[in-house]
Amino acid sequence: MRKLTLWLPLALFAFFAGLAAYMLTQEKDQFVESTMIGQPLPEFALQPAFDGLPGASKADFTGKPKLLNIWASWCLPCIAEAPQLEALQKQGVEIIGIAIRDKPEDVAGFLAKYGNPYTRVGSDKISEVQLGIGSSGVPETFVIDAKGVIRYQHIGDVGADDVPVLLAELEKAQ
Amino acid sequence: MIRWMFAIVLTALALPLAAQDSMPPAPYAYNQLADPQLEAEASALMQTLRCLKCQSQSIADSDAPMAGDMRHQVRSRILAGESPDQIRRWLIARYGDYVSYEPEVSSTTWPLFAIPVLVILIVAGVLLRRLGKRRSDGDDAGAKA
Repeated sequence: MRKLTLWLPLALFAFFAGLAAYMLTQEKDQFVESTMIGQPLPEFALQPAFDGLPGASKADFTGKPKLLNIWASWCLPCIAEAPQLEALQKQGVEIIGIAIRDKPEDVAGFLAKYGNPYTRVGSDKISEVQLGIGSSGVPETFVIDAKGVIRYQHIGDVGADDVPVLLAELEKAQ
Repeated sequence: MIRWMFAIVLTALALPLAAQDSMPPAPYAYNQLADPQLEAEASALMQTLRCLKCQSQSIADSDAPMAGDMRHQVRSRILAGESPDQIRRWLIARYGDYVSYEPEVSSTTWPLFAIPVLVILIVAGVLLRRLGKRRSDGDDAGAKA
């Protein structure tokens, strides 16, 4: 009995060393998920991000479930997701964009170059709406139902595999 | 000639900045509030809020544009009369308690608060028993001698 308790500190140490080694080999989840899922969008009304399309407000999220895409012309992964957003738009999905800390000429240039899947793009110069919905980076895509309630969050660029997931979430939000 | 070289060096230095957005920062990202009392409140709060882009820094420490926008939120809300605790609640409602460096007792964190108390109690118990035993041992020895 005495001998066993002598080994106890070493066993504890080995346990914690093993735990640390295990956690080091695990991939770190860098994403901070929004805790606003199931909550209504905050009130907002953003100016148009460029001359071509109207701005965005909470009132635009009525009628049917829509996508809210947080993006920016200076964001590289946003270029990667552009074809997928276009594919979603071709399937009848309405995508409302919010451009973070962006300039009208940069927004117009980006959309001319990589395609424009949006019906509206609001300009969020100080990330106010982004912070208001619990988004922690660009790009992020939210499913908003017809009542303006946030139903789903996709963090990072929308890949080809994510398109059916978003379509299913839009269907679920009906 | 020297002026040209200087210009080239300056452009080279500015290149990494071009990769970021080129918008001016939010009004209160780098400007303190005029009222020192309110600024002290805002500053104390900003020290305990996590930057979401650079997750090991507080928003007071970080130069990330998003941290600047969060500082703007904190200062403008303080100026509008919100209490630091209200602003912390507002952020926690959006990002979970991960956004706050101030420890909170919750369903997942209570062991962190309970275990030290438990350990101190156990140690106190063991110590009392040992000391008590030694004293009575000593008494026995004294009685024998």
